Amino acid sequence: MSVVLPGDIVLARPNAHSALKLGPGLLQISSPLSLSSGDDPIIATRPGLLKNIGGKQWWVERNLVRYTPSTGESVVGIITAKHSNGFRVDIGSAHQASLDELAFESATKRNRVNLKIGALIYARVCLAHRDMEPEIECVDPTTHKSDGFGELKSGFMVTCSLGLARSLLSNSHPLLRFIGARFPFEVAIGTNGRVWFKASEVKQTACLARAIEWADGEGEGLSEGAVRKWIEANIDV
Amino acid sequence: MPREVEPPIVQREFVLTALKESIRIDGRQLLQGRQPQLIFGDELGWVECALGKTRVIARVSGTIGRPRPDRPFEGSFTIHSEISPMASSVYEAGRLSEEEVLITRMLEKVLKRSDAVDREALCILAGQQVWQIKLTLHFLSDEGNMLDCACLAGVAALRHFRRPEVEVVGEEVIIHDPTERAPIPLSIHHTPICVTLAFFEDSEHPIVDPNHLESLLMDSQLNIALTHLSSSTSPTLCVFQKAGGMPLTADEIRNCVEIAVRRARVLSEWLEKKIKGDWEGRKASIEVH
Repeated sequence: MSVVLPGDIVLARPNAHSALKLGPGLLQISSPLSLSSGDDPIIATRPGLLKNIGGKQWWVERNLVRYTPSTGESVVGIITAKHSNGFRVDIGSAHQASLDELAFESATKRNRVNLKIGALIYARVCLAHRDMEPEIECVDPTTHKSDGFGELKSGFMVTCSLGLARSLLSNSHPLLRFIGARFPFEVAIGTNGRVWFKASEVKQTACLARAIEWADGEGEGLSEGAVRKWIEANIDV
Repeated sequence: MPREVEPPIVQREFVLTALKESIRIDGRQLLQGRQPQLIFGDELGWVECALGKTRVIARVSGTIGRPRPDRPFEGSFTIHSEISPMASSVYEAGRLSEEEVLITRMLEKVLKRSDAVDREALCILAGQQVWQIKLTLHFLSDEGNMLDCACLAGVAALRHFRRPEVEVVGEEVIIHDPTERAPIPLSIHHTPICVTLAFFEDSEHPIVDPNHLESLLMDSQLNIALTHLSSSTSPTLCVFQKAGGMPLTADEIRNCVEIAVRRARVLSEWLEKKIKGDWEGRKASIEVH
């Protein structure tokens, strides 16, 4: 893993390697002097850590706070306005997203869903283009079932960095697992850096908020031992 | 995002429910403020104060100029406290926000109108040359209660600052270089400490030192500045500011002042210790062989 800056040449002659897949942050620029496309170097367009899987898939990873929406991601949004045919939702991106009023399970023109301004929802980004307003929906597109999407009632929400939110989504992250061994809770993790959770007691929910803020401050590579130590010191329920 | 999104309903309900059980989200007690941190810069008069994630830098500088014609024996002391978008993207450069007006007004009252800095001691040659002291505050990060942080940074910077020694021979003014003669501190009458309390309509208890979320959700706030906090003398109420919000009874106000006295005392002792500690560290470098 190495740190790359925009303009750094990652691979000078990719022709020697076969079938590379380039993810976000990498670009193969064509130069007029090259004889074949295999001579075009691959350069980084964003700063961050260069990562790869099996030497075949490469991307530049960085930990951001500001969210750029991309299709298929699950986000936590706040309703900011109601229109005749839907809602405007703030998902932390540069533009507010639009949520169609029919994009809910069992919603029809007669049976409209009732969401107040300021309500929290868990939704899926169905359209995200950098020049257009993103669109979100509260149903799974294939099954048309809510599948966990929809309004999030009571509980508490915290904001964290995008990197932490993504790593919390994986099952191997120790933080939520170990806290879940202490007391049960519900959680909805948005890849836009917002995490909503609800426990049965106020004290437990406040503990969860502090846990996520602490984990955000620790950075990458949180070890199980560190998590255990923090839980022992801070959670007494 | 130029305009801050209103906190969702869920946040407000949770914070109020938690307050009913005397729980604050960041784990503090209701009347417990954040522990501040002071970093003294290499330059005298440069101080950074951090209250949790709220950070403010205070810088004191002095120039020599003409006094005001109606006050020929006094120097001038001005405070510059503009909030730039560095503190948070909701603040726009050049546009005066409500919070900025409240902070600027309170700082003027606490540091300027209370005569914390002795202006007559800043006079060099009456009617012709006086010291013009400028305190500049840079708000780096807003995680609630920038006022207390700014006040603490400001008084620490004023105490930390040293001005060059000036000698007046007849009508001639000689300014000694700080490397030739040790610079002298400003004449400071008292060191005010500001304490902010926040009130919520549904909760009967105030909270001390609100963080960002609590500041957005609170219904009114009370800013109290106290001074003369050494254990020998009784504390003096310096400024009491409550700009709108919920009405309070006389008993509640008395209770709030008592809470503020306790916190201000702790902060005052800690500030004295930090200033002394920093000055001890600097003395070693002034030895001349």
